Amino acid sequence: MNFKLDHQMFLVLNVVIGGLIVASLIGFALSRGVKSEERKATIDNLNARIRAWWIMIGIFSISFVIGPAGSMLLFAFISVLALREYVSLISTTRADHRTLFWSFFVFTPLQYWFWYKGWYGLAVILIPVYAFLFVPIRLALAGETTGFLDRAARIQWGLMVCVYCISYAPALLTLNIPGYQRQDAKLLLFLVIVVQLSDVFQYIWGKLLGKRKIAPSISPNKTWEGFIGGVATAVALGTSLWWMTPFSPLQALLLSLAVALMGFAGGLTMSAIKRDRGVKDFGSAIEGHGGILDRMDSICFSAPLFFHLTRWIFVSDHPFLFR
Amino acid sequence: MSAISASIIAACARALAGPSVRWVNVRPSTRQRVYFANHTSHLDFVVLWSVLPRKLRAMTRPVAAKDYWNSGLRKRIAVNAFHAVLVERGGKTAEGDRTAAARNTLEELVEALEAGYSLIVFPEGTRGNGLEVGPFKSGIYHLWCRRPDVQFVPVHLSNLNRILPKGEFLPVPVISRVVFGAALKLEKDETKESFLRKAHEAVCALGEA
Repeated sequence: MNFKLDHQMFLVLNVVIGGLIVASLIGFALSRGVKSEERKATIDNLNARIRAWWIMIGIFSISFVIGPAGSMLLFAFISVLALREYVSLISTTRADHRTLFWSFFVFTPLQYWFWYKGWYGLAVILIPVYAFLFVPIRLALAGETTGFLDRAARIQWGLMVCVYCISYAPALLTLNIPGYQRQDAKLLLFLVIVVQLSDVFQYIWGKLLGKRKIAPSISPNKTWEGFIGGVATAVALGTSLWWMTPFSPLQALLLSLAVALMGFAGGLTMSAIKRDRGVKDFGSAIEGHGGILDRMDSICFSAPLFFHLTRWIFVSDHPFLFR
Repeated sequence: MSAISASIIAACARALAGPSVRWVNVRPSTRQRVYFANHTSHLDFVVLWSVLPRKLRAMTRPVAAKDYWNSGLRKRIAVNAFHAVLVERGGKTAEGDRTAAARNTLEELVEALEAGYSLIVFPEGTRGNGLEVGPFKSGIYHLWCRRPDVQFVPVHLSNLNRILPKGEFLPVPVISRVVFGAALKLEKDETKESFLRKAHEAVCALGEA
């Protein structure tokens, strides 16, 4: 696993930064001409999101410059923060304490260590097999039976979503696709761009045209107009980036579609959890965005699928589609 | 040196506890204050201290139990880094009449106030279960009698017991919450009962804020 900053990646990063500059200018212009209180709140929120974007793109670029170890560390850190938000939100008891300790300080580092070493087999089964079995065993040893299955499932679910699923994003750097060696970082960039564009454009289309709600009981802000507009825009932009990936334009289109749809599903699922727990956001780490997990929910669900689809097409032994 | 190590420990505590901090009807100020909070974890004073603005930290001393914090590494953390006032927990049964230990404790706290420091105290005297705030010991009332000019600021801490519960030595990162409230409004002739009731209610109310 290794990569270099090539001119394609440089170009895309520049375009992203250019887009952010434009967005910041628009946000600034909007905040000037605002009259009503309600519009002001919306625009303040928009500007807070744009500011948070600058920070995220900054951190992301730095980790790219540092290299694969930097990206692994960045995402490991994101996993810890996401898991912390998740654990803070769900109710855990005294008897869960040591199991949680193992989750944070043993399974999370191990997961990223395995990916870093390129041990695909171990990285893929660590949490679904070993942690899955370990969690109920450790809870049983703690001796508390109240809500046992409930408690075990909550911790297992947290590990799967916050650690296992998120770890698939930097795992893209380990794919080593024939003919695309040392360029895997662009796959990660592709995933993040498509997912986040889908999020952003769902928000924008929803604000502009949103009428028909998709799931009012879960997320009042998600509308069919936003969903279709956002996914379509993200797929169009994702397809237009095929040249920086190993994909053909058609593959780029289908993968963008899969990523955008899973991203939407991730957002919806995590909203259901938040609704169940009676909160709007997972945390307040990123201004205007709620918590880390509110930003990562779409990556959580799309990264594993994107990884395995890409791996299946380009790396595995028996591909039978798209080739 | 001690200021640096305190800053490092404070940074670690903030990273672990990711506290969301709110000041409700009160602003950070260099006025002399006694911050009093509910007590659920050994991390309480570290986190409370670490969320204060840097300028206030230098002038604020936590009050901690001598029996726990007076040996080895703990002592180095409490005394050298945080400049804590270590007190005996002898006056546990102080229902009106103060034992010698309690009187001693009071003198030490008054001394710290005289020297111009603000204090962080936990009037429950012992760690609670994190669900409800236990009854307050009367020490805080006697402290107020001696120095009624000092502001008594209620603070509510939540989730810290989940980071480091009673009896555990390895922490788990959980997002905690620190809420500061308006200083107690007290009459000149406040009785002990009404003082303790007001103080207790102020902390509990912040738990719901």
